[in-house]
Amino acid sequence: MIEVENLTKFYGPRRAINNLTFQIAPGEVVGFLGPNGAGKSTTMNILSCILPASSGTARIQGYDTFEHSIELRKIIGYLPETPPLYPDMSVRDYLLFAAQVRGLTGKKIGSAVETVIEKCSLKDVSHRIIGRLSKGYQQRVGLAQAMVHDPDILILDEPTIGLDPIQIIEIRKLIQELASSHTIILSSHILPEITQICQRVIIINEGEIAAVDSLEGLTASLRKSERLSLTVRNNNNEIEAKINSLEQVISVLPGEKNQFLIECKLNSNLQDEFARMSLDNQWGIVEIKPLSMTLEDVFLKLTIEEKDVKA
Amino acid sequence: MRNAWVIAKRDLGSFFNSPIFYVVTTVFLIIYSFIFFNILNFFSFQSLQAGQLKAMGMNLSLNEMVIEPSLQNMSVILLMIIPVITMRSFADEKKMKTFRLLLSSPVPLREIVLGKFLACMIVVTVMILTSSYSMGFLFLLGNPEIGPIVTGYLGVILMAGCYVSVGVFASSLTDNQIVAAVLTFGFSLFMWVIGWGAQAAGATTGQVLQFLSIVDHMDRFLKGMVDTSDLVYYLSFILLSLVLCHRVLDSNRWR
Repeated sequence: MIEVENLTKFYGPRRAINNLTFQIAPGEVVGFLGPNGAGKSTTMNILSCILPASSGTARIQGYDTFEHSIELRKIIGYLPETPPLYPDMSVRDYLLFAAQVRGLTGKKIGSAVETVIEKCSLKDVSHRIIGRLSKGYQQRVGLAQAMVHDPDILILDEPTIGLDPIQIIEIRKLIQELASSHTIILSSHILPEITQICQRVIIINEGEIAAVDSLEGLTASLRKSERLSLTVRNNNNEIEAKINSLEQVISVLPGEKNQFLIECKLNSNLQDEFARMSLDNQWGIVEIKPLSMTLEDVFLKLTIEEKDVKA
Repeated sequence: MRNAWVIAKRDLGSFFNSPIFYVVTTVFLIIYSFIFFNILNFFSFQSLQAGQLKAMGMNLSLNEMVIEPSLQNMSVILLMIIPVITMRSFADEKKMKTFRLLLSSPVPLREIVLGKFLACMIVVTVMILTSSYSMGFLFLLGNPEIGPIVTGYLGVILMAGCYVSVGVFASSLTDNQIVAAVLTFGFSLFMWVIGWGAQAAGATTGQVLQFLSIVDHMDRFLKGMVDTSDLVYYLSFILLSLVLCHRVLDSNRWR
């Protein structure tokens, strides 16, 4: 259980995060979403006991991240934005070091390292020097480092940044496997990642929480309007005006050839109306389909709306 | 303590697996050997003359005329070489962003500082001890006293410890290795020459300055004496630098 209350952090006079309050239940996979500089990394640094907060508290399993930081670090695995790798060490030596420094002793060190090498598919490169590995493998070593002491909580700061698409898919798969047995906090500004992995999203913008919700909830709550796409065979100039004349329609945008993107009020069920109009005026409907809002829209909307309010 | 050793071991690995240790030690040995053989040469020249002028009753001592100046000169070489060894300690960790691993580990900061110091100290001690071949040479040729050699080396190692602690501290101030090296060299050199200000400073202040000087405390070690005040000076110098280093790293988290 992670409880964060009124967390605020200043870097000099600059406020990085302001009054963050949220909870994360055990076993949950939560995504921090926000543009660069929104305060995601700062929040993660505080949760992983590296930085003290300026005010407010962060408690993990009842322990304060500042007061009991040494004990807490034993159950937290942290992967910073840049994986903390020593380029002159071999993968195995590095993981042995990480295991020891994370508090493992005796025979546990060796077996823990073997386990993460297996889990992160590093067997083939375990004797190679980290500096010579590809970025994808380096990221995996970083992930292995974070989980070598089998922590309950994994904090992963932009785990797929700078990877090519195939590597991203591999890392994502790995995180999904881990999700079954760990509480995971993950940050990203790449939206598909969050939609694929996380059960809940915390959107942070300019140091403040813009929204906390499940994906479905987030999408639904933002839907003050619905969007439909209408494609016709016989395009003529009156179609746009005719659609616009309907009471429920908010706006009409011409899309690709013979396509119209229609924004209308919630639950207006305009499909029947369009069908009738099409028959009357011989538009020749090819397709009517509702467009669901992607998280990308949600995200853009949130950050943009916030800005507008402030301006 | 265990953690400090784990961290020191990793650093030692990176010293011995990279060319740093070998290059630095080679340079150190070449310069030291050159100086040593010149001093030895001068000594044999003097003893030749002394043989002819026995009437003068000159007392020639290997300890006083070879070993003492050799170790004194060694401390100058160390002054210039140690900043290169210590500059990586924290600066490199910060630059490579590997420091986060240590900071997020259940290791108290003081053990991290101690580990870094220990690693550099071991490297420097090994390097200093490689020079002891020259002493073996003297035992083959003559019969110097072993006592002053042992205390002399102890003095050199303690003095090197001061440089190392300053180096580790300087490295915690920056993520730039060159800045760290220059700071270390500058501060060590200053602590070396601070005694020179004694004359101008007047009686009391002069005595204080003299006491603060790093080299002055070595003289008695080289003569074969282990004085508590010298030991206390070196050990508290090292401790103070490491405490400062700890404070700097700790306060970095709050800014």
